[in-house]
Amino acid sequence: MEITTEKYSVQYDEAAKTVSCRGALRLAGMEDYAPIIQLLDRVIEDHPPTLRLNLQQLEFLNSSGINVLSKFVLKVRGQKDMALIVEGSKAIPWQERSLKNLQRLMPNLELTWD
Amino acid sequence: MDQILGSFSNHLPVSKEYLTIVLSPSSAPLQQRWHNNGLSADFMADYFAAFFPRSQDKVASCNSKVEVKSAVSFIANELLENAMKFSDSSTEYPISITLQLHSDSLVFLSTNSVKADTVSQFQAFIQEIMADDPSDLLVRQLEKNAEEDENMGSGLGLLTMMSDYLAKIGWKFETVQEDPEIITVTTMVYLMM
Repeated sequence: MEITTEKYSVQYDEAAKTVSCRGALRLAGMEDYAPIIQLLDRVIEDHPPTLRLNLQQLEFLNSSGINVLSKFVLKVRGQKDMALIVEGSKAIPWQERSLKNLQRLMPNLELTWD
Repeated sequence: MDQILGSFSNHLPVSKEYLTIVLSPSSAPLQQRWHNNGLSADFMADYFAAFFPRSQDKVASCNSKVEVKSAVSFIANELLENAMKFSDSSTEYPISITLQLHSDSLVFLSTNSVKADTVSQFQAFIQEIMADDPSDLLVRQLEKNAEEDENMGSGLGLLTMMSDYLAKIGWKFETVQEDPEIITVTTMVYLMM
């Protein structure tokens, strides 16, 4: 499953059980994020025991995007038997500032840095 | 109406280095120009990164070019997105964003019109975020949003600026025209750098 545009891509690698977000996610509100939300919902349906969320090439994320990723993390948290590893990059300053909030939403989320 | 909430200063020192971008909500539909928010924010970010780290600074992660760029880009983009979402398009009042360089800070000023009947709700939200710890409030708001499908005005951008960027924010509401009435809000964001 993959959504690719000029500005960003969101991809689910079913073999590696990894969602990768790349580029600049700065869409205008929840309506525009709907296709991405649908893709993420299908990842939840796939129900991998351990899911990786790779953000190491996600340069920008607006607050609507923060909302989308937070909702996703809360859905994973609601699954009980799904572990989540979020892979961030220290080279992208917003990630060091803001990814900790995902961990506050889901305390057993593992946050790793490249 | 002339009302100030939060950390708004009417007496900022004069800045000799600033950029202002002005846009008219009526010249193109919001959807068509949404992409310009990111362009404008990134331009401001690239432009101001040139002044960092400052000569008196010890180079630290917090004042490096890449850090300044990232912070300016996030904050300017959020301010522009909010200005577009909440401006009263019937007034044709322009949206503006200014970024000023000060000796110890960067100051953002964004101005847009607001619909008169949304002002009291907006002010109540501001009172709420001023009274609480922003990072706790941010996490609570993210939890709350997850239970709702639509949340246009949940204030996540402002809360993220305060919580993750330690920004101070103030608002000034003004009646700039009486008949027909036009109310504007200027949002001031201080980022110590």
